[in-house]
Parts: sequence; C-alpha cells; structure tokens
Amino acid sequence: MIVLMSGEILVSAENVSKKFCRSLRRSLWYGVKDVGSELVGRSNVEASLRKDEFWAVKDISFELRRGECLGLIGPNGAGKSTLLKMLNGLIKPDRGQINMRGRIGALIELGAGFNPILTGRENIYINGSILGFTRSEMDHRLDSIVEFAELEEFIDMPVQNYSSGMKVRLGFSVAAQLDPDVLLIDEVLAVGDVGFRHKGLNAVNKIMNKAAVIFVSHSMPQLSRVCTDIMVIDHGQSLLFEKEVDEGIEYYFDKFRGPSAMEVGSEKVKLVDFKINSDQGTDDELPTAKFKEPFFIELTFLLSGEISAYKINIGISDKELIPVAFLTSHPDGGYYLNTGQENRIKIEILSIPFSMGIYDMSIYFEEVTDSGKEGQIYARHLSIKQFKVPNGPHNYMPVLLQSRWEKHK
Amino acid sequence: MADSEIASENIRSQDREDLFPPAVLDLPVTVYSPESALRQPGKMLRDMSRDLWSSRDLAWRIFLRDTRAQHRQSLLGYFWILLPPLVQTAIWVFLNGSGILKIADTGIPYPVFVLIGTMLWSSFTDALRSPLDISNQSKPILARVNFPREAIILAGMGQVALNTAMRLLFVAMAIALFRITLPYTAFLFPIGVLTLWILGLSIGLLLTPLGLLYSDVGRGIGMVTTLWFYLTPVVYPPPTEFPASLLAKLNPVSPLLVTTRDWLTTGSTDQLVGFVVVSLGSLVLLFIAWILYRVSMPHLIVRMQT
Repeated sequence: MIVLMSGEILVSAENVSKKFCRSLRRSLWYGVKDVGSELVGRSNVEASLRKDEFWAVKDISFELRRGECLGLIGPNGAGKSTLLKMLNGLIKPDRGQINMRGRIGALIELGAGFNPILTGRENIYINGSILGFTRSEMDHRLDSIVEFAELEEFIDMPVQNYSSGMKVRLGFSVAAQLDPDVLLIDEVLAVGDVGFRHKGLNAVNKIMNKAAVIFVSHSMPQLSRVCTDIMVIDHGQSLLFEKEVDEGIEYYFDKFRGPSAMEVGSEKVKLVDFKINSDQGTDDELPTAKFKEPFFIELTFLLSGEISAYKINIGISDKELIPVAFLTSHPDGGYYLNTGQENRIKIEILSIPFSMGIYDMSIYFEEVTDSGKEGQIYARHLSIKQFKVPNGPHNYMPVLLQSRWEKHK
Repeated sequence: MADSEIASENIRSQDREDLFPPAVLDLPVTVYSPESALRQPGKMLRDMSRDLWSSRDLAWRIFLRDTRAQHRQSLLGYFWILLPPLVQTAIWVFLNGSGILKIADTGIPYPVFVLIGTMLWSSFTDALRSPLDISNQSKPILARVNFPREAIILAGMGQVALNTAMRLLFVAMAIALFRITLPYTAFLFPIGVLTLWILGLSIGLLLTPLGLLYSDVGRGIGMVTTLWFYLTPVVYPPPTEFPASLLAKLNPVSPLLVTTRDWLTTGSTDQLVGFVVVSLGSLVLLFIAWILYRVSMPHLIVRMQT
C-alpha cells in the first residue's frame, strides 16, 4: 500500500489561466469589479479579456506525484512566478482549477517579514510562525536553524546590520525546516556564497525525496540535477512538457537563443568571415558539431597597420556563457606577423569532447611584444558564433575527458 | 499516461520505499478555482474560524515584533501616544475656562470629562485606522507568504489595546486627582471600550480592501475622523435640543462614547438603547467586513505593487 501512496498525485493543475492588466489605473478598477462580482457570488469566469488585459498564464495543465520534481523554465516575464503564486494560493486562477494535497511549503523570496530592527533570533521566531510553526516547534529547531545559517555570532544582532547574503541564509534556514508534501521553490538557491548554495541544494534535495516539488530556476545545471519533469513556458503558455529534462533544456536554449555578438576593437581587427564546418547553419538552425568528430573553423580577417606580431585565442563557453575550453594559435610561444594583406586561417579541432548542448564562441586577437610576452588585447569579438552538439552525452557537465579505465581483477 | 510509464513509476517507488514516511491516507486537499468562496458558505465559515484560531500565535508574534521595534527606535516611547490627548485636553480646558467657548454643564469636573472623552475617541479612531495601516505595512508578506490574514488584523488590534491601556492609566490618575467616586456601573466600562473598538475596527476593516487599492481611502479616513470629532460629544455633553440633538442620535459613536463615559463617572444610562443597537449593528458589520477582507485579498494581491 505504501508503495502506491508514494506515487500519489499531490498537485494537479487543469487549464489554469490568469489575466493581468497592463495599465495600473485600469488594473485597480478591475480589482474593485472582481471583488464586487465575487461578493455577489458570481465566479470570475469571464472568458474574454477586458481592455488592456492579457493572459499572464494560459491553459497550463500538469500533474505531479510525490517524489517528482517539475522544473519550470522560460524567459523573464513568462509567467513562472505567477503560476507559483496561484499554486501557493496567494492569487486565484481566472480559469481552470488547482488541487493541492497535503501541507504546502514555499521557498519564495525568503525573509519576507523580517523586521530590520529586531535581532536574528527574534526574526527566526516571527518567520517561523509566518510559515506556520508553533512556538514550541521553533524552540526545538532554533539551534539547528542558527547552526545551519552559520550565524551563531550574529544571532543577537539586529538584522539591519546583516549583509544581504546573511539575511538570505537566515531566511532559508528557517524555511528549510518545513516538512511539506508540496514544495514550491522560486530562484532562491541562486544567492549566497558557493558553500551555502551547496548546503542549500542538499537540504532541498532531502525535502524533494519526500515531496512533490515545483522548481523555478535559471540555473540549468541545478534543474538538470534535480528535476524529473520539465516545462518550458513563454508568454504564459506551456511550449513543452516532458520527462526528458535535458531535451527540454536544449529546446529552451534553441528557442530563446542567447547572446548577440559584441565587438571591441573592431577598428584594429576587421573580421571578414568566421565559418565553422563550412557554416551549414541557417536562421532557424544552428550549425552543428558532432561529438568525437573533427571540427573546422575558417577565419578571414584584416589587420590595421599598428599591429605587428599577434596571436589568436578562441574561447568556447556553454549556453550560460560559462567558459569551458579554449584554443590558441600559439600554445608554446610564437606569433603571427602582420603582412598587411587579408589573412585566412583554417583551424581543425581534432575531436569535439562536449556534452549535448549549445556552445558559444568568442575570438581574441592579442599583441605579442618584442620580448615574446603577451601584450594588450587588440580586439575581442564576443559570441560571434553558436553551435550545437546534437549527439554528445546527456550530462550537465560540459566536457567528457578521454580516459582509459583499467579494472584490476 | 502510458501503462509502461506507470509500471516504471511503481518500480522506482519501490526502490525508494524506505525514503517515504508512513503513508497518510487522508491528506487535506486544497482547491484553488475561480469560483466565489461565497458559493460554499459552510466551507467558508469553517475556513474563517479555522484561520482565526490558527492565527493567534502569529498575531502575538507580530504584535510583539511591532511593539519591540517601536520601542527600540524611540526614546520617548508611549509619550507619543499620550501627548496628543493630553494637549487636546489642556486646550479644551483653557477654551472653556477662559470663556471663549460656552460648554454646558458636564456633571463632573470638565478636565476629567474632556480627558476621558478624548481618550475614548482616540481608542475609536485607532481601531478605525489600524486594519488599513497594518495591511499596508504588511503588503510584502501578504504578497509573498500564504498565512492566515486574520493575524495581522489581530496584531493591529493588540497595538490598539495596548495604547488604550496606556491612556487609561492617565484617566485613572485624573479620577484619583479630582476625587471622583466611581459609580457601581464602572465595571461595565471595559465593555464600553470594547464596543468602541469593534465599531472602529468594523468600519476600518470594511474600508481596507478599497484602501489597499487606492491611497485616497487612507487620506479620506484622516480627514473624516478630524471632522467627525467635532460632531461627536467628546468635549461637550450630548446636546438635548432639536436639531442639535439629532447629532447624538444619528452619529453611531455618540451613544457608545457617552454611555461608556457615563458608566465610569456619573452612572447615568440615558443612551442605553442607542448603545445596544449600535454595538449589535457593529458586530454584524464586523462579520461582513471580515468576509469582504478575506474574499478580496487574492484580488488585491494581484494588483499590489510590492
């Protein structure tokens, strides 16, 4: 029986929709009207939008069982937080229905309700009772909260003297004491220092095993690590909802292609052409680089007269612009000389070691001084090209190192 | 969902069986839908009483928080609560004593009469302002955390009660100073104070939803209470001659304030009927305002700027 219960559906959302209003003045007036129509018992099921209104969330449906974690991704303003607010019961859906079973916990904007004048200790009690703990429950948990937040020395200091990181730690530590059946998390693990972020993620992981979790984050590695389901939202609508989390993340990056190119120092270095794999990409499709296969870059550029000796570096970042690898024209010293003519260089990367995903390239032209040392950077062309590795390993870690494994018998 | 997926789900669950707490069969189900809460009055009433009951602890915490915070940031503390009624009393005593104003006989020494009147009036206006003020201050948590909303209202009333208690200390001192013998009706005085709070709270709470949307409401309350003061027998005894006597009849605060003051001082109960009618009416009004407050909150949060 227990086995069956562990897969019980804890959250179900059916065609959930919410209207927002662009104009503040109208928004307030609609608010008055909505309250009025509720008071006369009329449900707010006006299917049509009133003037200046739009669907902030539209027809979102999903089910979530205990032990599952749904990641919500989408660009800013896609409606993720609005959906969480409805799931948390803060605002009502205008259409559709949400059923939640059991105790609901929310890690959203931690430390709401902190009073800056009061001490950390006093605020722990207040925050605890806002989250639904009784006094004696808080008495029991106080020590572990303080310890988890690593604020032993400062716990009797007014919260206004805390750094913003300390406040978040305190808020998180209180909220992490919750033992919910459904947990809503909105972007809270993106703050704090590295050590605490780790600790926080572990604490959340612990809760996740016993709960149904809905997780909003822009950190794809985090999502990839913890989620069992993924939903991509844009303009309030679900574009994709599936169990293949990594595919969902790829879809998101494909759809909302990242950075646009930026050039610094283009008067010194004019990049005429930058082709990869003879550039088979189109407007809708990124050029591809196959995992473990060779990869070619063709470079054409003109240099101004003031440059004499130089070298070229190419940096490769992942889709979140975190650098993962680089290549250089002169790894062991040396340089190119400016001949004054158009330069064409063909580069071969022997084997692409990257996980499935989208990568971003930048190119740097660096001065090499008379003494052979690196000098100033003449020009940077950032994010000049993105490419996609369609067939690499499914892993949030970007590089697969070639290795030989020998198991001793 | 395909059968194969269900099967794999169960296998996975089996692997992790030890991770799960003993299954709770009857988890409470919360439903969020566009349907008006008023469609299910029984459920609404149950929810209301449950939330009121479960908000006591939080209300006490917020009350302590606000009280402590106020004190830590202020040198003079309660002086600020006591000063305005005291100054007001002094001014009215001066105006009356110097003959600028001619106020009818009050039955008891005029300074005591005015002091009790202004103290009671302040308690009423405090209660009137409290729900909107504390709801405005609490916008950030209202918009972010789902907790019983009754808690902040109760905490606000805690502040009102504390302030009233402080003022009553002065009233007690004045009564002792002027050697006024308390009539036997004095034990009803707390009930009178309570009805003033309830009337203030019910009007204030009724205006809170609109006040959270439009700042005009807060300003309006300030202006109206200032004018209302002059139309209420606070510093003068209730007029008996028509048409001025209408003032005492139509103004709901009048029977409450006059009766409460009389209970403490003269023991007369001229306006008892008005008192009973207004206090019952304000209880009904409070209940309506409470429903309005609850029903409107999700709509207000959507429109709130935090």
